Amino acid sequence: MKNHLMTSLKVLGVFTVLLGFIYPVTITLVAQGLFEKQANGSLVEHGGRIIGSSLLAQKTVSEKYFWPRPSASDYGCVPSGASNRGYTSKALKQAVDERKARGITHDLLFTSGSGLDPHISLDTALSQVARIVKSRHLSETDKIKVIDLIQRSQEERDFGIFGEPRINVLLLNIEMDKTFSN
Amino acid sequence: MNVFDVIQIAISLLVLLLIGPYLGSFIYKIFEDEHLLPRFLRKIENGFYRTCSIDSKIQMNWKTYTVAMLVFNAVGFAIVFLLQMFQAYLPLNPQNLPIVSWHSAFNTAVSFMTNTNWQGYSGESTMSYLTQMLGLTVQNFVSAATGIAVAVALCRGLTRPQGKKIGNFWTDLYRGTIYLLLPLSILLALVLSFEGVVQSFAPYLKITGLDGIEQIIPQGPAASQVAIKQLGTNGGGFFGVNSAHPLENPTPFSNWLQLISILLIPVSLVFTFGEYAKSKRQAWAIFSAMAVLLVVGLGVSLYAEYSGNPLLGGIVSMEGKETRFGIANSILWSVFTTSASNGSVNAMHSSLSPLSGAIAMFNIMLGEIIFGGAGAGLYGMILFVLMTVFLSGLMVGRTPEYLGKKIESREIQMVILGLLLPSACILLGAGLSSVFPVALSSLANQGPHGLSEILYAFSSAAGNNGSAFAGLNANTVYYNLALGIAMLVGRFGVIIPILCIAGSMAEKRQAAAGSGTFPTDSALFVLLLIGVILIVGGLTFLPTLALGPVIEHLLMVQGVTF
Repeated sequence: MKNHLMTSLKVLGVFTVLLGFIYPVTITLVAQGLFEKQANGSLVEHGGRIIGSSLLAQKTVSEKYFWPRPSASDYGCVPSGASNRGYTSKALKQAVDERKARGITHDLLFTSGSGLDPHISLDTALSQVARIVKSRHLSETDKIKVIDLIQRSQEERDFGIFGEPRINVLLLNIEMDKTFSN
Repeated sequence: MNVFDVIQIAISLLVLLLIGPYLGSFIYKIFEDEHLLPRFLRKIENGFYRTCSIDSKIQMNWKTYTVAMLVFNAVGFAIVFLLQMFQAYLPLNPQNLPIVSWHSAFNTAVSFMTNTNWQGYSGESTMSYLTQMLGLTVQNFVSAATGIAVAVALCRGLTRPQGKKIGNFWTDLYRGTIYLLLPLSILLALVLSFEGVVQSFAPYLKITGLDGIEQIIPQGPAASQVAIKQLGTNGGGFFGVNSAHPLENPTPFSNWLQLISILLIPVSLVFTFGEYAKSKRQAWAIFSAMAVLLVVGLGVSLYAEYSGNPLLGGIVSMEGKETRFGIANSILWSVFTTSASNGSVNAMHSSLSPLSGAIAMFNIMLGEIIFGGAGAGLYGMILFVLMTVFLSGLMVGRTPEYLGKKIESREIQMVILGLLLPSACILLGAGLSSVFPVALSSLANQGPHGLSEILYAFSSAAGNNGSAFAGLNANTVYYNLALGIAMLVGRFGVIIPILCIAGSMAEKRQAAAGSGTFPTDSALFVLLLIGVILIVGGLTFLPTLALGPVIEHLLMVQGVTF
């Protein structure tokens, strides 16, 4: 018993140094050296400053921007959170019905799992075009440009197989600002 | 369902099927073949034994093995508990997070020691980098290695010629950790961080977004922890929303790698068992039973989720799911993570359709024997195998035997104990909690979904899974203590009977199969095994499932909300 206790302490001591310190520090050094951008949260620069992470949805309320999916944690990262509403939840039905009443469709009806889903589907993006065109006072030719921009910014399935086709909202909004800056 | 869904599911299953036998055989050699590894690794290993005053030549009987395992786990618990109680005064805490409450610290320490990784807290706002690394990451490794060690000890007991010894806990622990879990984790961590999982020691970053609204971007050594969280079937997220978090699981490819990692070692261990039994057919029999249960559950769950939510006009619900994963990957993950005792999630289980939630819960309730946790899945399944052998023996009127060794009353007593203790925890815990006001005040959903939240919590704890219907506010004194106890019983209430079986089987003489031996590598046996699993699981849990998800499904069809 006493032997086991001493052995346990020693084993855990060695393992703590190795697995709890050397392992994560080594991975950090390698990751920071080889893929610095990803290891630091895939930060996006625009107009000379960091304006977010391409992996995190950010709160977007202006009519002129594409909106990400609604967030149960109001796009908060500390902590992140989901609605956790079940299929038969009255609160879920009310929230979805209320969004429908505001003319919202597709994926924007539902809060995401992380509350930080950076993507929307192609249909979800297209469903927002009319609002954005109106808000930015764009012409019919510009509207075609917007649709073209959406289609070009769609990311395909990884390796053509994995996951779903999707559009990164933040990156699309940055492209919008660049294209229609005036 | 579209053709891409089918392809992704088929590829995932196929890859596991292809790698399993090879990795399984490698795992066997890690533990039994002294000449597998290059000399310098053996030197390092011997240096480790000298440093820790371990005599690696000593073979332990089951009692010594059990005590060593228990003491090691107790010390691990103490370290994680103390780190949380003192993290405010320790380095690597750039967010200046305060100390954790004693009951949450107890719950989390138990949770990570028992390979449950249930999380009543949200990592990014509770745990300092130091606690995550020295406490949680280390337990991610050693709790998985403990499970693998116990499984290997059981394999030895079942297959060694007559004796008393079932191995050396310390060497098993070292070899499982250093030769299996660590190399795979290093590989996975690097690929994940390339895909976009954060890996830094920087403090959180405050930025002003495109629309002028502030956001805090969390950081931390996540990739290194996420890798072992999946490979070790731990499942505890670096961030609160676990593998739904884009910084923890950024791309469909990172998702697929994590998904495969969940079942990789559990699948392989079935074939490791085949190596010990010197019979690939015995392994394939167990594999087949597991695969059938996995695929049937997956089918039901996919069908239920794709049927849509009639209360919302029948649309397929994306509530709690991520765009990049879609429906198929969310369901596939929910089935994998509950079959294994992993418990990480990439979509919120509470927002799944009632029947998909029921499949997740049922997978856990069966004891996570559908491939199951690292080691835990195999030894849990062997409980059912022994039960099936015993029942078929009774049916044909012969002394039951498995792999040439007789199954007698002592083994069956232990089998019953190992099967009943977690089940009792689930039913008693959920039953009591559904009448205590202090427990009910934590509910987020009303009606049958509320009962499902409680039922899921106790299943997850007793099954050492860790996933949740996360609406339930479990970070209260009541749930932290009750679920902590359920986790302890669910872990050691199975491991101790298993090691006892290993010990008593080791003492038995091996006899050649005779004409009266019931073959355990036949299709008939596989069917019987599946039958026993479903009857035991069914009889124990169907009544409660009927009150939770099943009735919720029926009321949903009738248009009732709560």
